[in-house]
Amino acid sequence: MGVEETLGNNIITTSLDKIVNWSRASSLWPLTFGLACCAIEMMATGAARFDLDRFGVLFRASPRQADVIIIAGTVTKKMLPVIQTVYEQMPEPRYVIAMGACACSGGIFDTYSTVQGIDEYLPVDVYVPGCPPRPEGLLYGIMKLQEKIMKERNSFGAAIGVGERISV
Amino acid sequence: MSVQAAVDKLKARFGETVLATSEFRGETTVVVKKEEIVAVCAFLKEDLGFNFLTDLCGVDYMGQVPRFMVVYQLYNIGTHTRLRIKTPVEENDARLDTVSGVWATANWLERECWDLMGITFNNHPDLRRILLPADWEGHPLRKDYPVQGPDREPYQGRLQ
Repeated sequence: MGVEETLGNNIITTSLDKIVNWSRASSLWPLTFGLACCAIEMMATGAARFDLDRFGVLFRASPRQADVIIIAGTVTKKMLPVIQTVYEQMPEPRYVIAMGACACSGGIFDTYSTVQGIDEYLPVDVYVPGCPPRPEGLLYGIMKLQEKIMKERNSFGAAIGVGERISV
Repeated sequence: MSVQAAVDKLKARFGETVLATSEFRGETTVVVKKEEIVAVCAFLKEDLGFNFLTDLCGVDYMGQVPRFMVVYQLYNIGTHTRLRIKTPVEENDARLDTVSGVWATANWLERECWDLMGITFNNHPDLRRILLPADWEGHPLRKDYPVQGPDREPYQGRLQ
């Protein structure tokens, strides 16, 4: 008799952090946004052979519905204001993956027209090196981001105005 | 009409305006004075049938006088012949007349040439930047423009 029998096996107990982080990490929706050749690898990662969907990663066409922006390619100074606008349109919490040498550091384009690493303007969570990275590389970067999200503390509390988000 | 016949007609029509002609590996180049560039181009299009402006670009020969050269790559769709027209432009007067009235495609090509090389085209209908952001200062394809941008220390090499 008692609580156990009333509810049966239909309840689990956990911490708020764990369930919030688990739901966020398990439905990490990137913005459909490609800049250069890395975007081709990003598309390959999303397509049938590597199949991002099995990790709950579905590309969204609107920044309003996206959790993560994958900076996939060379960032030119002309494109930078567009990227910043799109990033600001994303709801929090939002994450940034710098994919490839150009997004990480400017890559081979050490010139007047190219941003020398998107981390000069956006807070990057995961850097994926390579020129371009293979789909396995991007997959690994996304899984690293999922691990990082799982380590967050009080992100739900921060969202409703109780305390600060603690990111490890 | 062969390319040589076109060059001969051009010489007969413009005389002193044609500064030089040359041929290299089957490609014919004619150098003309920039003052007559619109008349030359109109003649080439209307009378000699070069109805397609394949490309228009600027070249920076820094250290030489005149410093710049504007190059017009022409194609005659009817006879499948190509002709290259070049015109020298001085550094202290880097401007010449637009040929966008002859070939409409010159509009954007001249915008690109001005954007990157800083050669102004007189009477151009819409001389704005086309590749760089609208608020950009300077013309980066000039040889004296710092390749990594004016706001950065130039790269000295990794062994410094």
